[in-house]
Formats: sequence, C-alpha cells, structure tokens
Amino acid sequence: MDLGYGTEYEACREQVRVFLRAQWPPRETNAEDATAEQIQSFRRAAVDAGYLYRNIPRRFGGSEQEADILAAQIIREEFGTVRAPMELTGQGPQMLAPTLLEWGTDWQKDHFVRKAIEGEHIWCQGYSEPGAGSDLASLRTTGELRDGEWVLNGQKIWTTHWKRAHYMFALVRTEPEAGKHAGISYLLLKMDQPGVEVRPLKQITGDSEFAEVFFNDARTPADWIVGERGAGWTVSRSLLRHERNMIGSANRSAGLFRSLLRLARSAQIDGRPAVEDRQVREALAAIHGYVETQRCSSYVQLTRELQGRDSETLSLLNKISDTNIGQQVSLLAHRLLGAESALAPRGQPAGRTSGNEKWMNQFMGSLGMAIAGGTSNIQRNIIAERGLGLPRDAAAARDEKP
Amino acid sequence: MNFDLSDEQRLLEETVDKFLATECAMPRVRELFDDDAGFDEAVWHGLGEMGVLGLHLPEDVGGAGLELLELAVVAEIMGRRATPGPFFEHVLAAMAIDRAGSEAQREQWLPRLASGEARATIAVAEGGASGECWRPEQWQLGDGSALSGEKRFVPHALGADLFVVGLRGGGLGLVESGAPGLATQRLEGLDRTRRLDCVTFEETPCDRLPRGAEVATQVLDAGLVLLAADAHGGGMACVDAAVEYAKTREQFGVKIGSFQALKHQLADMAVEIHPTRGLVWYAAHAFDHLPEEASAAAATAKAHLGDRFVDVARRTIEAHGGIGYTWECDVQFWLKRSLFDWAILGDPNLHRRRAADLLGW
Repeated sequence: MDLGYGTEYEACREQVRVFLRAQWPPRETNAEDATAEQIQSFRRAAVDAGYLYRNIPRRFGGSEQEADILAAQIIREEFGTVRAPMELTGQGPQMLAPTLLEWGTDWQKDHFVRKAIEGEHIWCQGYSEPGAGSDLASLRTTGELRDGEWVLNGQKIWTTHWKRAHYMFALVRTEPEAGKHAGISYLLLKMDQPGVEVRPLKQITGDSEFAEVFFNDARTPADWIVGERGAGWTVSRSLLRHERNMIGSANRSAGLFRSLLRLARSAQIDGRPAVEDRQVREALAAIHGYVETQRCSSYVQLTRELQGRDSETLSLLNKISDTNIGQQVSLLAHRLLGAESALAPRGQPAGRTSGNEKWMNQFMGSLGMAIAGGTSNIQRNIIAERGLGLPRDAAAARDEKP
Repeated sequence: MNFDLSDEQRLLEETVDKFLATECAMPRVRELFDDDAGFDEAVWHGLGEMGVLGLHLPEDVGGAGLELLELAVVAEIMGRRATPGPFFEHVLAAMAIDRAGSEAQREQWLPRLASGEARATIAVAEGGASGECWRPEQWQLGDGSALSGEKRFVPHALGADLFVVGLRGGGLGLVESGAPGLATQRLEGLDRTRRLDCVTFEETPCDRLPRGAEVATQVLDAGLVLLAADAHGGGMACVDAAVEYAKTREQFGVKIGSFQALKHQLADMAVEIHPTRGLVWYAAHAFDHLPEEASAAAATAKAHLGDRFVDVARRTIEAHGGIGYTWECDVQFWLKRSLFDWAILGDPNLHRRRAADLLGW
C-alpha cells in the first residue's frame, strides 16, 4: 500500500506550485475579485503550461497532453488549494467537445470545439422528453431532411443552461422506419431561431435550472449531424476516457460532510452546541463511515485505473453511494435545524442566506441527486444486471438491440 | 499511488483460501458449528505450519515480519468462509507480548505462539453498570501480582494456554492455564464459529507486561481492524450467496433474480458491502504506517462494518425465503458471525463516539 505519488510526481507538483505562485491570483488582486479578462488570461497561461484541457489538441485550444491520471489529480489538488480557475464546466466543454473529437467532421471540430471550451459558445443538451426519461431511446422528436436542412418537430425537457445557450446538441428520430435505437441521430442546432421556443420550469427550490424546449419546424443544416444517420445512440454514449477523475465525487462528499459538521457546531440542543450531544455524535460518525468508505473505495478505483484494470462492480456503485450520503446528510441537517427547517430559504439562488434554513436547499437538492443522471432505481438495475450478473429485465431486454 | 494488495499479499490470500477450501469446507464448518469443541485442531495446526499465526511477529521469534494488513487479508478470508475457531484473539495476544513484553516473556512465548504450538487469547471485557467495559480506562481487575475477579466474552478461552488480561490502569498481564484460582466457563454464544467464555480469577498470579499500558490501545485497534475485515469477508459471502440463490431459484416459471424487487434488494446489499474493502485496508494501512490516524480509522472501520455486516446478513436470510430460516441453510452462520463482529470489542456506537472524540469534533 502506498498512498504517496512518488518523487517524480512530487516534482510535477512543485512545478504546478511555481506556476500558480506566478499566475494566481492575478497581481494585486484577490482571487474573488478577479475580472473575467484576468480569469481568461489565466486559463490561457494554464493551457500553455499543459495544465488545462489536457485531452484536447492544441489546434482546438487544448494543451494536448498524454493521459496521466496522477498528474491530473495533482493539478486539481494544487489549483483547488489556491482556488485557481480550472476548465469551464457545462455541457459544451464536458460533453460536446469530447464527443466531437471522437465523432465530428473536421469542419465541426474547427468550428465548435475551441469556442465550446473557451466558453464563447454555450451549449445545452436535448436528450430527455416528457415520454422518454429512463427509457430515453423511446424519444419521439422528429428530424426530416428537406431541401438541405434538417427540420425538427417535438419537445425536449430537463434542458439545463437554457438561459445562456447558443446551441443545442440533441437526439432526434430521423429514421422512423428503423429500430428504436437505430432510428436516432445526433444533431447540432442554433437556439436563436423562430422554430425553437424555450419555457423555463420552476423547480421545488424555486430556481429554474431546467427548461422545456419546443421545436416547431426548427431548422439546422444537413451537415450539422454528428456521426452517421441513425448512429446517434452510439455517439451519445461515447465519452472519451482520458483522465477520469476517480476521486472527485468522494471529495465532494467529504466537503458536504465538513459543512454538516459546521452546522452541528452552530446548531443548539438544550443550550449547548449540537455536536456535543451523544446521539448527534453517533449520527455524524455513522455518516462519516460512509464518507470514508467512498474515499477509500476511490483509492482502490484510482489504483485499478492506473494499472489499466477494470474496477468491475465498484465503479457502478459510486453514483448511488454519493446519493445515499447526500440523503443522510440532509436528514441529519433537517433534524438539527428543528423549527428553522419549516422556513423558506430566502434570497434564491441557494446559499445566500445567513440562517441555517439554507440547508433546506440541500435537503431538496439531495432528492435531485437521486433523480438526475439516472435515477437511483435505474442505478439499482444496472448494479444488479451488470455488476451482480442477474437476469435482464424482460421488457428492457426486448428492445435492447441498438 | 498503489492502494491494492501486492502480489505477495494476493499469494497469501490464495494460499490461505485454498487451504481452508480443502481443510475446512462448508460441510466441515457445519459439523464444527454443531460440535461442542467448536474448532478443528488440524486446521489450527495447519494455519500455524503455514506461518499465518505469526505473520505479524518478527522473524527472530519465528514470525514473518509482516504487518496488520496481512492479518486482515487472512481475517477477511475467514469471514468469507465462516471459518470456525480461534484467530484474531490469538494474534492480538501475541502482538501484545511482542510490543509490551520483556525479552524473557517474548522468548518464552512468541515462538510457540507463532507456530500455534501454544494458543493464547485476550481477556478484556468486564461487566459494568451500563454495559460491557471493553476499554482500557474502564478495566477494574486488580493490578497487583494476584488477580481476583472476572473477565467476560473471552474468545476460545477453554483450552487456551495463555491469557493476555486487561488490568486496572489500562495495563496488560499474562496468566497461564492451570494457574491457581483460574476457572473458565463456556458462555452460550449465538455464533458457534467463535466460542465465548467467562474467565474467573481468585488470587491468581499474573505476570505483567512491562509496556502494557502503552500498547493496550494499539492492540485493541488491531482487533477492531481484524473484526472489520472479518465482517467485510462475511458480508461479501452473504451477497454472493443471495445472488447465487436468486440465479438458481425459480418461481412463476422464471429465476427469481429477474424480479426487479429482489434485484433492488440485492443491489442495495452490494452498495453497502462491496466498497468497504478499502475502508478495512485503509484502517490496516493506518495502523501500520500512519500512527496519528490509526485509532480513528480502526474505530470507523469497526463501527461501519459491524452495522453493514448485520444488515446485509439479515437481508440475505430474507432473500433466501423459508429455507433461509432453517438451521440447515448455511447463511445462518454469517448472521450469527455478524452479531459477534458487531458486539465484540465494543459495539458500533461506542466506536462512533470514540471516532468523534479522536477526530476532534
């Protein structure tokens, strides 16, 4: 067992530190006060140094580095310590760019990848539909090729980043005669056009992160298809495995637990800090057991990844384990809040309130975790079938053929 | 960065597993479960010959010079195979003598304990007004040269050659079998794969370990890790058994494992137990190499695995339906083993409170 990174990588860490000392925060500025220009120029320097967008070729704005999970981990740790900006998050940099690099035409890559990762183009995703959630491949939005253009009709839902999105990548049924999966294509389209209507959805927290998107003869050029006609299912499933962050979600759970501990110190029971209460200590430590389990399991998975081995069942368990931790944290936080839990968290978006009732956003958000990106019950199916080798569900097996 | 077993550790794992598969397969486990003695001398001596009992002891006393992690690898397999008989209490007793004993005590006992020629156990728990007293600061048994009193929940005390006894002030002492005033009575434990006894002392001579008070917590930490390892192995065996049954048993003309309700139960069991192997390894690694984290990691692992194993074992019985409720079905071994791992050396909430203290909450 060796949890160190070795001398070669410690040298790499030192280089990252030297870079960061020179570049972040920008001269005579606090990190929090950095301007958009300063952040952008920092990111450019970090790309030049080989620290950001490591999987993206130089000609598309990346730093084109050999995959190196430990180097990537060290960069995350060191950037995190001084809170330096990392890659942009969102559907464009995280989903579209890798998909185009694998499947896109030269023209598509030239046009879209650099602007996606630099944030000049904001992208949203058009996958789910009202009738196609867990059973995504049953989607019904149609795309018809007419006079050199795709004409789209139908409805998407749960679209995030809709407020600022310039473009959408969407799964659309273009081959109505083909099978369920084989009839789907992956199309790119402009959001700002007469055939696209966006209606925000107000969610239980009061925020509107999601929207419904309606297509009424929405149009996009014939060559804005990624991959072949009918290959959309496969294209959408491909996510380049470059430097998977094996311990990111475990670190997030650890951070959430530290917040819970702060709440337990500030909340009161019988005039004393709640953290001094015997049952609260036991409950905190019980959650800590799960948080530590995830941390240690992530080390096991990281090791297997480094050795080019499969983590087998372990990696299938991460999403539901993280969700379970979020739910346990929310239940204990609720208990600690007492009557405050009946108050509406003020000043949306979440986290801007001074009172402990801001925790009720985490309480509701933890439910979102159990739903978004594959519900916990879908995760259980996957674990049972792929992990434990139990027989496929009869209905799902029938239309499995891609 | 390498958080996995080494090739040597995997070889150890395979060797012990193969040995137990041959010498103590499930039919033999069942015989021993129903037997009065509760363990097989041949298996015990086999383990000794393989060097398993002295893995953690220095080479100059007949050990292999390895660490707690290697013992945890063995404990996991024993949990998986529900192996009846002494193990963790014996290696803890030897660890106590190695770390706290005088040269004479070490020379007298360690070679015989490493080979399994002599068998030792640890006697720590005492009855108290609010439950068992497992922790060194709670021990009340006299600290003079002669002991009078009682120790409870002593694993495999009947037939043991040597007792490492917890003393008032948190120290440790040695009592040999046959010592005046020493008596052992069997407790009727639920887990018949690890027998529990009550040991009484009346003016019984005791040979103190000079550094006992310094190492008592360490020795108990090692015990927590080994019980957690056993619980992980047992929990994995439960999930495997329940999955296997779901793939075999048919109702309504199909394998019951195709029903989503059962799939979800089995998936939840996997979520509870599969990722805990790293937690056990980390606690063992911390014991061996990160002393400032060792006690909290051991407490966390024992508390977490104690509850996970009981939970998974209960659900395994349920997943087997009626047959799971019978004496003849093997899964009862793990349910009962889980209750031992949960309780012995302190229950999960005791260790959660300790972890909270140790982590400075």
